[in-house]
Amino acid sequence: MDVKQFFRTLSEASGISGYEQEVAEPIKEACLWADEIRTDKLGNVIMLKKGQGAKGRPKIMLAAHMDEIGLIITKIEKDGFLRFSTVGGFDQRVLLGQEVIVHGKAQLTGIIGAKPPHVQTQGEQNQAVKLEDLFIDVGYDTVGQVQELVRIGDLATIKREVVDLQGSLMAGKAFDDRAGVAAIFECFKVLTELKHEADVYGVATVQEEVGLRGAVTSTYGIVPDLGIAIDVGFGDQPGLPESDTIKLSQGPGVAIGPHVHPKVYERMVETAKEWNINYSVDPSPSPGGTDAYAIQVTRAGVATILLSIPLRYMHTPIETLDYEDVKRTGKLMALFIAGLDNEFVEGLTCF
Amino acid sequence: MLLARLTEVCGAPGQEGEVRDLIRSEIAPHADEIKTDALGNLLAIKNANAPGPRVMLAAHMDEVALMIVGIESNGYLKFRPIGGVDPRVLVAKTVVVGSKKVNGVIGSKPIHLQRPEERQRALTIQELLIDIGAKSKEEAERLVKLGDIAYFTTKYEEFGHNKVKAKALDDRVGCALAIRLFQEEVTFPLIAAFTVQEEVGLRGAGVAAYQIEPDIALILEGTTASDVPETKEHKHATSVGKGPAITVMDRATIPHPPLVRELFRIAKEENIPVQVRRTNTGGTDAGRIQLTKEGAKVATIAVPCRYIHSPVSVMSQDDFDGVYQLVKNYLRRLQEREG
Repeated sequence: MDVKQFFRTLSEASGISGYEQEVAEPIKEACLWADEIRTDKLGNVIMLKKGQGAKGRPKIMLAAHMDEIGLIITKIEKDGFLRFSTVGGFDQRVLLGQEVIVHGKAQLTGIIGAKPPHVQTQGEQNQAVKLEDLFIDVGYDTVGQVQELVRIGDLATIKREVVDLQGSLMAGKAFDDRAGVAAIFECFKVLTELKHEADVYGVATVQEEVGLRGAVTSTYGIVPDLGIAIDVGFGDQPGLPESDTIKLSQGPGVAIGPHVHPKVYERMVETAKEWNINYSVDPSPSPGGTDAYAIQVTRAGVATILLSIPLRYMHTPIETLDYEDVKRTGKLMALFIAGLDNEFVEGLTCF
Repeated sequence: MLLARLTEVCGAPGQEGEVRDLIRSEIAPHADEIKTDALGNLLAIKNANAPGPRVMLAAHMDEVALMIVGIESNGYLKFRPIGGVDPRVLVAKTVVVGSKKVNGVIGSKPIHLQRPEERQRALTIQELLIDIGAKSKEEAERLVKLGDIAYFTTKYEEFGHNKVKAKALDDRVGCALAIRLFQEEVTFPLIAAFTVQEEVGLRGAGVAAYQIEPDIALILEGTTASDVPETKEHKHATSVGKGPAITVMDRATIPHPPLVRELFRIAKEENIPVQVRRTNTGGTDAGRIQLTKEGAKVATIAVPCRYIHSPVSVMSQDDFDGVYQLVKNYLRRLQEREG
């Protein structure tokens, strides 16, 4: 299976936090490596690849969120233009001139507009257009026409086809964190050719962007011995200090900080070195913001680690990554998992 | 569909080749003669030496775009707009760069690493860069040269109630209309001029008119529509869906009043809804054509387009048909009167 091609499909599918169905279905259909697939009450997709170890073997959880940030309709203006608010964190400056899909009774094409520059004052032109002054134009002329198709509370997602840049770089929407889901698939693919004692639960989690919610219930259900969250990290780009970023094309960032178990970190880094897989050390003094944070404090606590795929222009419609980094992340996880046994896992509670 | 193909080819001011080639292939079967001049204007001519008024249909081929002015050491491209582009519409968009049509994106900082006050300020052209994924200046230079053009990548699509979204509707709508209207059966001299460099100061139109010597020139445009929220009705330059917009005055022209009155009269008699372009800002090729040699009678008839000079603009197919009907009826009446 061509996971890269599948990743494109995932990126172009629509799935705002809480409404991940359109993304969940293709994940379930495409995951050929799982022995069991189930969906929990919140919509997390849990894919189990059984290990070859004896009963009582370790349980490893891989978590990547499949939800994306988006827009929610708040008002239909008299000429049929839609007002909206955001679900998840958007910089208002990236929205002007974007094409969107409004998920009403049908899927409607829309354009995010604002009043034209020639009717703005000089001062206004130097300011960002405020979120509250933006609107979606769905091409209808009256409120009546639009009300038949769209209701307050309907959602809208960015409409964007993936584009290939130089080398293996790609740009598109919702790479945060469908890239993580692709990395889980790449991991499964490598694992089929390796021996591994542990049961591996790949989880495409829901509602990460609004507060790491899917990871809470899925971790509770799985009861893992060790959790690996795969998310995107700030890639190197102009205007950002080097110390705040990890470099594209240099493999995953391996986080170090309060949400990372020190023994897991050591083992991950050793594995990378042993197999010559590039990685960056990603110091994370404030641990929030990824599923690792939620997994760590579930039940009696879980040893966790965070791998970050370097991503430029995060939370914009043209997020950019190197697909080789997705593959490297998958491969590193697979080799890490292949080296795990009960003895290592039991040692994680000994401080 | 012709309009779809016209909007999806690329033509910055001075680099209208793709557009010109497409128009030439479409219009050649209907023309007695096709000419190009030193600037690249494309002229399609029929009945050149016949008696009757010399009538010019004019539409500009060029579109606003971005020119590459620098290649950074890390492989990013610096650019400046050609023609009027508000930098705020460029953030987080895709482009294609140069003759190889290399994919690129215009990036911005992640929200997580911004101070809240940063988000209130518009990003300037100086802060924006195109990322083609090149890892070094050398890699970028193998794909892109200084002076290359970056274009928006928007696809033509019909949506909503008879609406179209596309790039470069200003002025590929005019090009599509001129191609169709040129096919009218007339006996007087009819010249369709597809002009260059309108967006950088109406450069091509005067040169075209000099050769054509029109008595009457009808300029077919895509003009700004501001019928959107936050804009008072008297500031609505034009409104999408309310018919062809006829100019009575702009910064470059006072169109010939009897010709303008005749267009309004025809619209009324033919039941074609029309609107007056309600602003005197902006200017079209009419300004140059009117003042060429001993002058010409000009009128500008436009399809209202929202969000022009941005990656994606919106128009109504009803307005497009309205312009077609209005000008067709004008040409037919002229044929009856003068033919």
